[in-house]
Amino acid sequence: MSIDMAQFHQVFFEESFEGLDIMETGLLNLDMGDVDAEDINTIFRAAHSIKGGSGTFGFTAVSDFTHVMETLLDEMRDGRRQVTQVAVDVLLGSVDCLKEMLTAIQDEQEVDVASVNEYKKALEVELNGEQANEATTTVEAVVEPTQLTNSAGSGWSIAFSPHTDLLKTGNDPVRMFRELAELGQLTSVVDFQGVPDFYDLDPEDCHLSWNLEVVGDIPSADVDDIFDWVEESCDLAIQSLKQQSDDRHQYVPPVENKTETSTVETKKQAVVDDTESDLDKPKSTKKEPSKPAAKGSSSIRVDTGKIDTLINMVGELVITQSMLSLVGEHFELNKLDQLKNGLSQLERHTRELQESVMNIRMLPISFVFSRFPRLVHDLSTKLDKKIELVMVGENTEVDKTVVELLSDPLVHLVRNSLDHGIEMPADRIAAGKPEMGTITLEAYHRGGNIVIEVRDDGKGLNKEVLMAKAIEKGLIDADANLTDKQAYELIFMAGFSTAEKLTDVSGRGVGMDVVRRNIQSLGGNIEIISELGKGSTIAIHLPLTLAILDGQSIAVGDERFIIPLGAIIESINIKESMVNRVAGKGETFRLRDEYLPIVRMHEIFNVKNAQATKLTDGLVVVVDGQGMRCGLFIDDLLGQQQVVIKSLEANYRKVEGVSGATILGDGSVALILDIPGLVRLSNQ
Amino acid sequence: MEELAEKSEIEQTEEKNIENLVQFLSFTLGNEEYGVDILRVQEIRSWEPVSRIPNVPSYEKGVVNLRGAIVPIVDLRERFGLGHLEYTALTVVVVLQMQTEQGQDRVMGVVVDSVSDVVDVDKKTIQESPNFGTKVSTEFINGLASVNERMVMLLDVDKLLKLDVLEDEDEN
Repeated sequence: MSIDMAQFHQVFFEESFEGLDIMETGLLNLDMGDVDAEDINTIFRAAHSIKGGSGTFGFTAVSDFTHVMETLLDEMRDGRRQVTQVAVDVLLGSVDCLKEMLTAIQDEQEVDVASVNEYKKALEVELNGEQANEATTTVEAVVEPTQLTNSAGSGWSIAFSPHTDLLKTGNDPVRMFRELAELGQLTSVVDFQGVPDFYDLDPEDCHLSWNLEVVGDIPSADVDDIFDWVEESCDLAIQSLKQQSDDRHQYVPPVENKTETSTVETKKQAVVDDTESDLDKPKSTKKEPSKPAAKGSSSIRVDTGKIDTLINMVGELVITQSMLSLVGEHFELNKLDQLKNGLSQLERHTRELQESVMNIRMLPISFVFSRFPRLVHDLSTKLDKKIELVMVGENTEVDKTVVELLSDPLVHLVRNSLDHGIEMPADRIAAGKPEMGTITLEAYHRGGNIVIEVRDDGKGLNKEVLMAKAIEKGLIDADANLTDKQAYELIFMAGFSTAEKLTDVSGRGVGMDVVRRNIQSLGGNIEIISELGKGSTIAIHLPLTLAILDGQSIAVGDERFIIPLGAIIESINIKESMVNRVAGKGETFRLRDEYLPIVRMHEIFNVKNAQATKLTDGLVVVVDGQGMRCGLFIDDLLGQQQVVIKSLEANYRKVEGVSGATILGDGSVALILDIPGLVRLSNQ
Repeated sequence: MEELAEKSEIEQTEEKNIENLVQFLSFTLGNEEYGVDILRVQEIRSWEPVSRIPNVPSYEKGVVNLRGAIVPIVDLRERFGLGHLEYTALTVVVVLQMQTEQGQDRVMGVVVDSVSDVVDVDKKTIQESPNFGTKVSTEFINGLASVNERMVMLLDVDKLLKLDVLEDEDEN
């Protein structure tokens, strides 16, 4: 039975990468003091699936490697091993290593054997070294009767009779035997009495059963692992070859025996490694710096809810279509109304369909954010800093392309904050700040823009230092007089770095200029707000071509505008008694205990023929934009709708008070208001 | 008959120096005739109501929905100070495209009185735009060409469409 396995590779890789993410998140969330067995279980399961999958597809390097990880995790799961920070770090390292291996395989490149072995060794040291130490303290655990079988002296006898449907479940006995053979000397006896006559034979059924004997010092877990996947679909009896006679013998020196077992294993692994690397070395040229684009088609995971909506809409579309064709079949003039109705329905469905299709491309920004807990964890350990990462607005939806292109610049920024922004704990305490530094990643929509902020409460940017450095590097003139903002902009210049010494984290002075270029190539801009000693905020503003926003459409004169629904607090009919004038001109009104400025839309946008010019005639919409509240005076509220944000800048330019545009149901264009911009505009 | 004569004339020139020929779309604004490189013309549409953009010069009429893209519409008459003409069903919008320095495509519609013709112009015969000092702004004019005894002013599309950016810089 030969199936082209390659067709499943893509799925395997996707699932494996997902599994790796699960492992990573799980490991990061492990609380050293109080480990939840279920957490470890989750990590273990992920590792196990990767191992199983890679074994099936013949990626032995991956399955071997995962196997070692799994052993470590298994011991943690059973409580035989303390979960230590060191162990977790080693495991995290191995997750990275696995990721590299899988990527290499996916790109059809050579796996970097040397680095894999390094990680593997670290794992084994962790596995064995710890075990030796631990064994003395927790002898009981090792000597528990159930554990005895763990290190059966000289092998196992396995009666393996699969059910007929074993092959259909995708399991291959031959692969399992191969794995067994790797553990020790394997003898197998096949019982083919169950095989029916040739005419009754279904080639997809399995009629064979085996009696297997593996000789060698093999932990039971290893054997169990191999049969783990088929337990459901076979009769299995595993017996130690010398179980009874071994009992006493084993009981006396459990410690040595155990350590011995593992060293033997290590040696064997080492041998395997050597041969592997010997085999691979002649072939493996140095890793090519540029990856070939052999990745195939990229795929996207979509919320089933979105797909359901799509299917519903297609259904409606079909109904409308059949209705229209019915009308068209025997058309008479009195059916004109029906035709018009049908056409407008068709138009609506098509538009909805279009919007939902675009919606599919939207991903929550958490796809980018999710990698940062790990990054912060690793770097803060490396730099001996105490840092907490806070993430806000992970569910903000962004177009897939933006998500993909955003991740590198963000990594740069977070690294910078970690390395240059947050001070060492001692310095922080001296400065009267909490020892634990905070980095906040926040994403939100502001009109047609998505804003992503990287905020830290570190030392902030020092204008003097920046300028001195820039003068030293000859980037600006010695007598240049820069504003704060201009001074901060210096960090975006190529070849600029203020770190006193270079670390491998950051400080090479490439980076920020690249970050800015990347952001600009996405059509966005980047802005720095900083206060010396208090921290700095780097805000990335990106225009969204495909973002969708809940909007409230309003009327001013003949014109329609959209206010982002999130910005609206309430709408009120204003009474003359609520209005106050400041210096005879600036109008404010009292809303509960607050005086808010009134922004007359028809005035600041010069709308002719506005219906309401007296405050009591129209409506006041109380809006909040970045903490600035005001009342927008408009003619009328029209309706709420989801609007697709289109960038004005793509073909035009930025307009003050407007963050973007959208296309209304009738095909006309409506502008989306930018509340903070409006407030600024009204102040001018 | 005249047209035929014109054609044969063009064909003759084509035979002579086909490499030097550039095609322009010519249109009129009042009594003046302008031309734009035909490769920059995306499409020609009739006037349709625009959504006004607040607080911009009056020649920037607003934006329209062009198959999902928001495209600004500029009245060239007003832009060149030729006065305003009521828009009718015959008013034409020429949609032009350009590439910014960042490599992004930009699209913009210009309102013209009417589109007249596609003309072939020999590159060599294009005359530099005369300098009137500050009296007449010729910044958008690339050169002058003579077509059938008429003068056609050839517009620099890049400059024309970049005008917003230039203005932004001025503001700063």
